[in-house]
Amino acid sequence: MAGYQRTSVGDRPAVFELKAAGFTLPIIRLLEADIEAVAAELGARVEQAPEFFRNTPVVIDLSAFPEGGAKVEFPLLVGLLRGYGMIPFGVRGGNKAQNEAAEAMELAILGEHETRASRTERSAAPEEPAPSAPAGAAPSVQQGEHAANPRAGAGAAFTLVTRPVRSGQRVYAAGGDLSIIAAVSSGAELMADGNIHVYGPLRGRALAGMKGNTDARIFCQDLQAELVSVAGHYRVSENIPIELRGVPVQIYLDQKILRIEKL
Amino acid sequence: MARIIVITSGKGGVGKTTTSAALAMGLAQRGHRTVVIDFDVGLRNLDLIMGCERRVVYDFVNVINQEANLNQALIRDKRCDNLYVLPASQTRDKDALTKEGVGRVLEELAHGYDFIVCDSPAGIEHGATMAMYYADDAIVVTNPEVSSVRDSDRMLGILSSKSRRAESNEEPIREFLLLTRYDPARVEKGEMLSVDDVQEILSLTLIGVIPESKSVLTASNSGVPVVLDRESDAGKAYSDTVARYLGDEVPHRFLQVEKKGFLKRFFRG
Repeated sequence: MAGYQRTSVGDRPAVFELKAAGFTLPIIRLLEADIEAVAAELGARVEQAPEFFRNTPVVIDLSAFPEGGAKVEFPLLVGLLRGYGMIPFGVRGGNKAQNEAAEAMELAILGEHETRASRTERSAAPEEPAPSAPAGAAPSVQQGEHAANPRAGAGAAFTLVTRPVRSGQRVYAAGGDLSIIAAVSSGAELMADGNIHVYGPLRGRALAGMKGNTDARIFCQDLQAELVSVAGHYRVSENIPIELRGVPVQIYLDQKILRIEKL
Repeated sequence: MARIIVITSGKGGVGKTTTSAALAMGLAQRGHRTVVIDFDVGLRNLDLIMGCERRVVYDFVNVINQEANLNQALIRDKRCDNLYVLPASQTRDKDALTKEGVGRVLEELAHGYDFIVCDSPAGIEHGATMAMYYADDAIVVTNPEVSSVRDSDRMLGILSSKSRRAESNEEPIREFLLLTRYDPARVEKGEMLSVDDVQEILSLTLIGVIPESKSVLTASNSGVPVVLDRESDAGKAYSDTVARYLGDEVPHRFLQVEKKGFLKRFFRG
């Protein structure tokens, strides 16, 4: 039944209607393939108007790239945009390879006429603007210099890092947990929408519950962190009692108070 | 095909050029055809340490810009036939190093040599990233003090994310730690990080510990790679390091305070 254009058959009341509508959407026109540079600039923009970008569907425009141009790291880019609260759902103006890479990330390929006229089957069919944004399937992203070979685990959004996270590196597990089975150096930054588990010494920063999940926790074997934070409630190294340093702990929010507890 | 080794650190003044010269000389003396390249465009030093500063005609940037060919720019070491130096340009800046140009030169060298040693400039900017981009192995030179250790850590992060091997998802660069200017006496007093402290933080394979030694400065000033000074602790330690790099198992020396005799205490070596 779902395949029919009209679902009201005979006297039965319609369960849905197919309609076309045009939306005005922000377009991110990439002028450079360097995601790090994009990240830096985007961060500054979002800083100015965080509400404007929250839950905003966006289209990635690749038309500024020359034909056969640079490879775009879609997993990074999509994760980056999602990290700032945006919902990337499609690309336009890309070449074949870029489109294939985008499709692999479940991004819609929007033709020129589709985005302009928006009266085609494709943009008309789904009324909800973000067919590609199931939160659970969000990939993990590293911003800045990303640690090598982080793997998204099967199914759920879970990120595993097996090599040391070095000073200056940032690892962001969008939409899920982050596990590190190596050392995290001072000057490194871990972020996760869910929990953070560190099985080596944690000397850098760890921020769990990035999107405000107050149930998120940080678990670590050897706490030497510069800063720990759950859902924005943070504590710097100076305020971590000496008896909790260098031992296995869990860190969680107890009625808006950040608690560090020996395990 | 040649193995490309980058000598890097992040922080300046820790001994990258000294190490590049010593390692290149050590490899060449063991019979491997070796070329050492100065990537510190604008702050050329390697030629001084190698003692070939008066024979520089063309340089690395000339070759990249195809103003000279490799054979014109390479300087053969007078002490060892297997060793060549490719000096940096003193009159340009680091932007003269392009990814394509560096790649082309390394590719050409790779056919005629066993090892290519890249002496990286300090910092994490363009010059340093160019020096490490094509590397197969990295020797991270670190002094036993906290700022050097942190900078090395930062450099390791860049090695694992911005190199050719990382970008093409190949086997990652082999990373080694070389601790220089190590002073066991000060470690004992708690004034300096110990080998274990540094390894704890960096979790890296230790390829050598070079003791603080006056012979390093003397060697640099006279343009003789310190590895040629077989009498000095530093020379011996570099020699051990080269052996370890080539796969030999050599125990680490000079980690303990030497029990000095009465006379030695007056004539500290």
